[in-house]
Amino acid sequence: MIQILIFLSSGLFLGWSLGANDAANVWGTAVGTRMVKFKQAAFFCSIFVILGAVVSGSGASHTLGKLGAINELAGAFTVALAAALSVLWMTKAALPVSTSQSIVGAIIGWNLFTGSEIDVNALLKILSTWVFSPILSAVVAVVLYFIISFFMKHWKIHLIRLDGITRIALIAAGIFGSYSLGANNIGNVMGVFINSASGMFTDFSIGSFFTFTGVQQLLLLGGAAIAVGVFTYSKKVMLTVGSQIYQLSPITAFIVVLSSSIVLFLFASKGLKEFLVSQNLPSFPLVPVSSSQAIVGAVIGIGIAKGGKNLNLKTLGKISIGWVATPLISAIVAFVFLYIVQNVFSQVVF
Amino acid sequence: MFFNRVKSIENNIEKYFDNILRASLIFEQGIKEYLGSKFDEFEQRTKEIQKLESDTDDLRRDIKYTLYKELLIPDARGDVLGLLETIDNVIDISEKVMVRFSIEKPLIWDELLDDFIELTSASTKCVSELVCASRAFFKEISNVANFLTKVHFWEHEADKIEERIMRKAFSGDFTDKLSLKVHVRYFAERISQIADEAEAVAERLDIYTIKRSI
Repeated sequence: MIQILIFLSSGLFLGWSLGANDAANVWGTAVGTRMVKFKQAAFFCSIFVILGAVVSGSGASHTLGKLGAINELAGAFTVALAAALSVLWMTKAALPVSTSQSIVGAIIGWNLFTGSEIDVNALLKILSTWVFSPILSAVVAVVLYFIISFFMKHWKIHLIRLDGITRIALIAAGIFGSYSLGANNIGNVMGVFINSASGMFTDFSIGSFFTFTGVQQLLLLGGAAIAVGVFTYSKKVMLTVGSQIYQLSPITAFIVVLSSSIVLFLFASKGLKEFLVSQNLPSFPLVPVSSSQAIVGAVIGIGIAKGGKNLNLKTLGKISIGWVATPLISAIVAFVFLYIVQNVFSQVVF
Repeated sequence: MFFNRVKSIENNIEKYFDNILRASLIFEQGIKEYLGSKFDEFEQRTKEIQKLESDTDDLRRDIKYTLYKELLIPDARGDVLGLLETIDNVIDISEKVMVRFSIEKPLIWDELLDDFIELTSASTKCVSELVCASRAFFKEISNVANFLTKVHFWEHEADKIEERIMRKAFSGDFTDKLSLKVHVRYFAERISQIADEAEAVAERLDIYTIKRSI
């Protein structure tokens, strides 16, 4: 067990950093504008991130598993460590970075190191989803903006009451966002361990109606790491996001959180995918996407809806750099680390 | 629980605007009574407006305290408090003008009585449209601009009447005493100042409204 925990530590570290940073994307505007108290946000965020991870987290994790079926615990540890350190370094160097893009790069690094064949279809699916997700988020934000603007024009509600309703809406959107974040991004944290570590956890059943599988236990552990990240480090990031980066009103903040949460949910929900497939409709691939980019996409959407005044081309440029630079750096780091772990520490990485 | 507190502060804000409106109506009636030489009634009105001004100050402090204590409307709190504070100046000036009338007892010649009544009425209308605009700011933001247009209209009317009174006072042969003429001018300016203050608040409100659009 201790050996498993040591090897899982890199994934848990990745989970912690996700909780510290990405939770701020979901709750930052609400907490930063003092509409929701941090303790309230952290409480709801932790519970629903874990729920999302355990209940709906396997879909996006599975796609990562297809990209690189990492079969040894030491290999998974190294890949997750490479992704986590790449995120850390790039953050320190003030470069745009996303955990989703970093982990994909690290898996490709593993593929290259082990000489495994890269599933081009899975890779293309992931890359196109990255490009598509902020665009979709922007579109959803524009639609929501016009619906809510129309509604606000015809709804004679007192400003103070509207404030109360907006608080409740922000909490509801935050809960949905946390659930979607857990469902979509848990793959980044635990996806690489599924093949090598889930077998080490035994399934257990409560009565005949509920079985807690090894994969779900692994996802629960990752969810818990995210929750620890939320409680220990996200407050500072939330206040920065809320009060400095996005100058949004509480209602536009609600639109931004809801739009990005919808996008994260669309790319994570197995149930929705199965429903769409059963109706012969095109479905969304279950792929971990960047919550930051979904948020930035939604903010740009609001800017477009307001007449394009807030459109910042630099931000768009930064996003596209992230699509290429992050996986590339992460792949190189993973390759080097795998070499060291295999040859210096004599661990089996594949 | 939360919505009970919301209801209570909504009621206080409504009451605050009621007080501003009542004060402007008391002012109009009071000046008319002064001009009609009903001095006892006028003194009664002066006391009424003084009491109302003090009650309104308490109400404003209560609203301010609750908004901060309950951390309500964090994005618009500054604007709302700014609006409530500046609109309070209108009632302050109205009260001061009545007190000055009470102390200085200006002599208003019969030929200027109608002009003074007209000036008082224009200033009062200006305030009442401002109260409508402020209420719309809280409840029906798309209507604020309509009321603000009316505020600007009545302020302009008040300016014209004020100028007319001053011209009449200085060109007519009511008296040889310059001091009396200056005294009449002073009171015309003070009544008109209520409309000026209302317009200043309207200009702030215009900005707050732009900021509030989502």
